[in-house]
Amino acid sequence: MTHTACGALIETRDLKKIYPMGLHKIEALAGITLSFAEGEFAGLVGPSGSGKTTLLNILGSLDAPTEGSAVVMGQRIEALSHKEAARLRNRHIGFIFQTFNLLPVYTVYENVEFALLLLGDPPAVRRRKVMAALEWVHLADRAKSKPAQLSGGQSQRVAIARAVVKEPNIVLADEPTANLDAENSHNILQTMERLNRDLGTTFLFATHDPKVMQYLRRKITLVDGRVETDEVQGGRP
Amino acid sequence: MTIPKLALKNLLGAGLRTWLNVFVLSLSFVLIVFSQGLLEGMNTQAEEAMVASEIGGGHYQHPGYDAYDPLSLIDAHGPVPEALAVLAASGKAAPVLVIQGTIYPQGRLVPVLIKGIDPTQAILNIPTSLLGATPAGGEIPLLLGERMAKLSGLKTGDGVTLQWRDSRGTFDARDAVVVRVMKTSVQTIDQGQVWVPLNRLRELTVMPGEATFAVLAQGAARPADGADGGWVFRDRDYFLADLQAMVESKSVGSSILFAIFLALAMLAIFDTQVLSIFHRRREMGTLMALGFTRGKVIGLFTLEGMLNGVLAVLVAALYGVPLLSWMARNGWALPGDTDSFGFAIGERLFPAYGFKLVAGTTLLVLMATTVVSFLPTRRIARLKPTDALRGRLT
Repeated sequence: MTHTACGALIETRDLKKIYPMGLHKIEALAGITLSFAEGEFAGLVGPSGSGKTTLLNILGSLDAPTEGSAVVMGQRIEALSHKEAARLRNRHIGFIFQTFNLLPVYTVYENVEFALLLLGDPPAVRRRKVMAALEWVHLADRAKSKPAQLSGGQSQRVAIARAVVKEPNIVLADEPTANLDAENSHNILQTMERLNRDLGTTFLFATHDPKVMQYLRRKITLVDGRVETDEVQGGRP
Repeated sequence: MTIPKLALKNLLGAGLRTWLNVFVLSLSFVLIVFSQGLLEGMNTQAEEAMVASEIGGGHYQHPGYDAYDPLSLIDAHGPVPEALAVLAASGKAAPVLVIQGTIYPQGRLVPVLIKGIDPTQAILNIPTSLLGATPAGGEIPLLLGERMAKLSGLKTGDGVTLQWRDSRGTFDARDAVVVRVMKTSVQTIDQGQVWVPLNRLRELTVMPGEATFAVLAQGAARPADGADGGWVFRDRDYFLADLQAMVESKSVGSSILFAIFLALAMLAIFDTQVLSIFHRRREMGTLMALGFTRGKVIGLFTLEGMLNGVLAVLVAALYGVPLLSWMARNGWALPGDTDSFGFAIGERLFPAYGFKLVAGTTLLVLMATTVVSFLPTRRIARLKPTDALRGRLT
């Protein structure tokens, strides 16, 4: 595993993101300096427009900063080409989205397998890993179902299985419980907590859901693109 | 294998939309092959009919003969060169004497070309054997085509006065009897002409052993250089040049039809691609988040569009092969007077679907589908993953 010079898995320094909006400019991130170690279960919290998703996107190499630097797995995000960024996402980062974003024409099994296909894993390895991932999220019996046949909670569990099946170093989850009821939200969070504990995967959330916040071991509050507080907490009571 | 597999799954997953596109494209494909096959069939049929009934293996023509100048006929005859006479004796050439004349059906004056041909010849597909027997009254047996019969109002068994001018410039006339009105698709052995026995014509015109041209049998060896007595050899291409020019002019019209069919199908594919890219932005974002590069996303969407073409070819084969084979076997009955086509194609037109036509059309459809599938995907090259995940196009 590649870490930054100070041993962090993710490190940002004076990170800024400015969006041009006509004649004006909107500063989504106004100088964020943070670092995350391996195995963290942390969350970016704050109101809408505070920069949570923007920061998550930059850390996921889906976007590039305007100023400052972001180093993920030893790679400077701002210096990556499209191909290098795609490779970083493919190998080291798993994503979980608010709207699940499953591929509708694929079965549950195929959706989870997709990440491994891109890595070029042989069929036998793929099968073993996919079934293990589906077991983790208790969906092995729905392997042949299509996303349209699943409930919201089940769909998000498939998305989690897809994110973790390749055993990434980092999982970035953007409002993963926003479309779920309380019971499903807790199920999902417990699943992610278990995966974090068992696999040592670093989970980083962007959320303003109090249910999620209960589970976080580190809570970073963003306001207007700045870190307002960065607190370590006990996690789930 | 990820991209082709995903492309096929996406395409089939789109259900009715895909099958509608595939059907429209397959219909265009079949119609293109059919219309081109029709033209090809017309061409082949006309060529075969002309070769069988008029051209044979080519003509040796008297140096003074010009088929396009009737006035040249007075002098366009001479003794058949020795080498050609030998070929004629062995059935490998058929000398034809052509002179100008007139027939008087029901008192009307109709100028004709009188063509003398050996009744025993088997080179041209003309029922000349009917000219072998002299009618009971000693009249000249006359063979004419349907067009000539229509023009003159003559039918089998009718008598008519035939007038000509012999080699010494003397006008003469005899009674003639129509022994058969022959059915032929080749206008050039029918329109404005009557066929009579060669020896009788030579005798009546005082042109013993003479001819205007000699038709060579197909596959017969040509006489050695210098043995043709100065007669000019005209090969198949010479005679088929007009037909080829006509086919080319008709193929322009056919190409326009071809382009319209193809454009309609391509419009459907293009439209679907544009809509697909618009509706599936979030999916593109997901693919990028999973590690797809923009190039791969472009490849996926282009392949999806291209697979429409592949499916269309398969669907077209499913119903097109039996349909077009049936058409090729049974032909297409042509209504009324087919001479308006300007082709010697007979009563039924048999389309011809060669490998070149089918393979060429398939390739063209696939290439055109690929191009129109690719064009809308260029927008993806500018797409930011974050915008795509939000369902926006950059």
